[in-house]
Amino acid sequence: MRDYSSSDIQELAPHDHVEKHRHVGIDVAGDDASMLSVALVGNPNVGKSLFFNYLSGMYVDVSNYPGTTIEFTKGRYKSFEIVDTPGVYGISSFTDEEAVTRDVVLQADLVLNVIDASHLERDLFLTQQLIDMGKKVAVVLNFMDEVEKLGLEIDTRLLSGSLGVPVFRTTATTRAGFDQIDAALHQACRGSQDPALHHRLHSLLSEAGSEAEALLILEGDEGVSQRHGVSPGHERESLYIDRRNRVNIIINSVLVEKNVRTRFATLLGRWAVNPWTGIPLIVLALYLIYLFVGKLVAQDVVNFTESTLGHRLWEPWIRGIITQYVSPTSWLGILLVGEFGVISMTVTYLAFLLLPLVIAFYLSLALMEDSGYLPRLATLVDRSLNAIGLNGSAVIPLILGFGCVTMATVTTRLLGSEREKTIASAILQFAVPCSAQLAVVAALLAGAGFGAMLIYSITIFVVFVAVGTILHRILPGSTTPLLIDLPPMRLPRIDNVARKTAYRSYFFMKEAAPWFFVGALAVGGMQVTGLLTVWQDLLNPLTTSWLQLPREASTTFVMGMVRRDFGAAGLYSLSLQPNQVVVALVTITLFTPCIASLMVMMKERGWREALTVWAGTWIVAFLVGGILSHILI
Amino acid sequence: MKTNPIPLHQAKKGSRLVIVEIPEGRSRSQLIRLGVVKGEFIRCLERLPGGTVVIQKHRQEIAIGVTLARTILVAHVTAEEQAKD
Repeated sequence: MRDYSSSDIQELAPHDHVEKHRHVGIDVAGDDASMLSVALVGNPNVGKSLFFNYLSGMYVDVSNYPGTTIEFTKGRYKSFEIVDTPGVYGISSFTDEEAVTRDVVLQADLVLNVIDASHLERDLFLTQQLIDMGKKVAVVLNFMDEVEKLGLEIDTRLLSGSLGVPVFRTTATTRAGFDQIDAALHQACRGSQDPALHHRLHSLLSEAGSEAEALLILEGDEGVSQRHGVSPGHERESLYIDRRNRVNIIINSVLVEKNVRTRFATLLGRWAVNPWTGIPLIVLALYLIYLFVGKLVAQDVVNFTESTLGHRLWEPWIRGIITQYVSPTSWLGILLVGEFGVISMTVTYLAFLLLPLVIAFYLSLALMEDSGYLPRLATLVDRSLNAIGLNGSAVIPLILGFGCVTMATVTTRLLGSEREKTIASAILQFAVPCSAQLAVVAALLAGAGFGAMLIYSITIFVVFVAVGTILHRILPGSTTPLLIDLPPMRLPRIDNVARKTAYRSYFFMKEAAPWFFVGALAVGGMQVTGLLTVWQDLLNPLTTSWLQLPREASTTFVMGMVRRDFGAAGLYSLSLQPNQVVVALVTITLFTPCIASLMVMMKERGWREALTVWAGTWIVAFLVGGILSHILI
Repeated sequence: MKTNPIPLHQAKKGSRLVIVEIPEGRSRSQLIRLGVVKGEFIRCLERLPGGTVVIQKHRQEIAIGVTLARTILVAHVTAEEQAKD
């Protein structure tokens, strides 16, 4: 039975059916009434996705959770509909991810709870909460191989008896025990609630609709309380402590530590958060990423895909076809296959430049995530990021920014507060050059000498810190403190990493690609209407007298508004003094983000914030560039 | 022997501690979920320059930023006291 069963039973006219779902707000369970919906729930890094992949096979549907930007995945297994959820430590709405998991659980017929058996103390809190919610639960103990290696023993039968739900032992990496998942789904049942709590939840049924919702209201969940028009309860603390105590009692009886050993992975994890060993490890990790993304993909692969596939094969071919019907000098021809053509340039850019880079970056990210390194990196840099109003978790969008600022802006969603999202996305838009731009910048700086490189790097770094510090000072509120669980270091599973990379790349392209087309159309339109030249003329005085650059440099700033590397690339053709190169590159780096990241920022942060930042980049870029110019030239 | 409580960000690396006080709020709820509550024995696994702390409870490791660590009170305990738990 679903939780909104009362409305399910009523006879509904077709439009009422739609109304019903609108009222509920979400319909993750699908429409097929004969299917039982299963929520796959667990703490982060428990190998949940391996179970999901095993169960759902090919029939997977990835989408944004209605009304949120959180992705979730649905699949089918026999007569079950499996819904994957973001990893959480408990059910409530502390984060957006948690709220999504909460709603999926509320709607599910049963819950398959995956537990990291080597972390029972942590994971059983969620299990006990699911049981307290009155959901039908089956527990899967994963990583049983690690439990053995750690010298631990778990009495599964006793655990199952204490929880009142079936418990199965598996090792996801070797798929040992996967044959029991079927049994788990069929045997899932309500577990042992505290009798007093059960009684209380029942007395609230008329208000809350289900025991699960009654519990969440008592625990002060704002979202659920609001849905039922009641004020949130104040008993989170006492219920949590009761639950924690019950879990501790269970663990004392089922977990036996025999000859506990420290594994190499544990040591490696410790080294990663020790400054003496951790900083060399960061350098090593960054160097490996540089070799892979910066050298192999950004240079070798993209060289082939962009120049050969894009410029030499795709563009002439499509231009040949289009110009059979449309004159290349007509406005339509220019819009479609001209310099900024929607079909020629934009497709090359998206498919042959951006896509390989995005895949490479997401692959690196997935490897760092699945190995357990990322949270440790966040820990190590936490204090430094505090200075600019962020905490360690912001390291993810900041690193991704050097790949693609648009992609990084999307990941600022992960951050704990609106304030941090604002700061991180502003820093990204102001002072982080994306890989496309970096490639051009590096080539130009190499020609201008070491001094030029040094001045460029220092200036950008100063602006980076200044933007963060200023926003940190002027924005109300304070930085949320870092509080993260450090998962064990593990060797990443290739299939899982590949799947993650594929999903994310697909999602990013789906989200960002339309904006690249819009941007190209806008500039194409400016070119056709002659606005582009007007624009260039307007910028001229700023370029020649203030920045002391040649007249033609103003064109690069116009291009820079479309694509960051365009702007920089335009400088190749100008003969500039080394000092002029530095000024031009600093200005173009600090100048407006590309049109796609502006659009994405509008969507993520609202148009007001996006346009403020966009206008701010004009001021900062020309101010810093001008000052530098007057010092250097 | 229990000593006077100190804020967690001042704890020495490797020291065995007992949690004396965690300030109210969302962080406390999150810490209860992770199993870190008043009276619980922990170990300070790492104390980074600047005050970010990594604590260990059994096989679990948790990183805590300095602004939160500053507000958590702990006291030193001996290995024997911890073993009695």
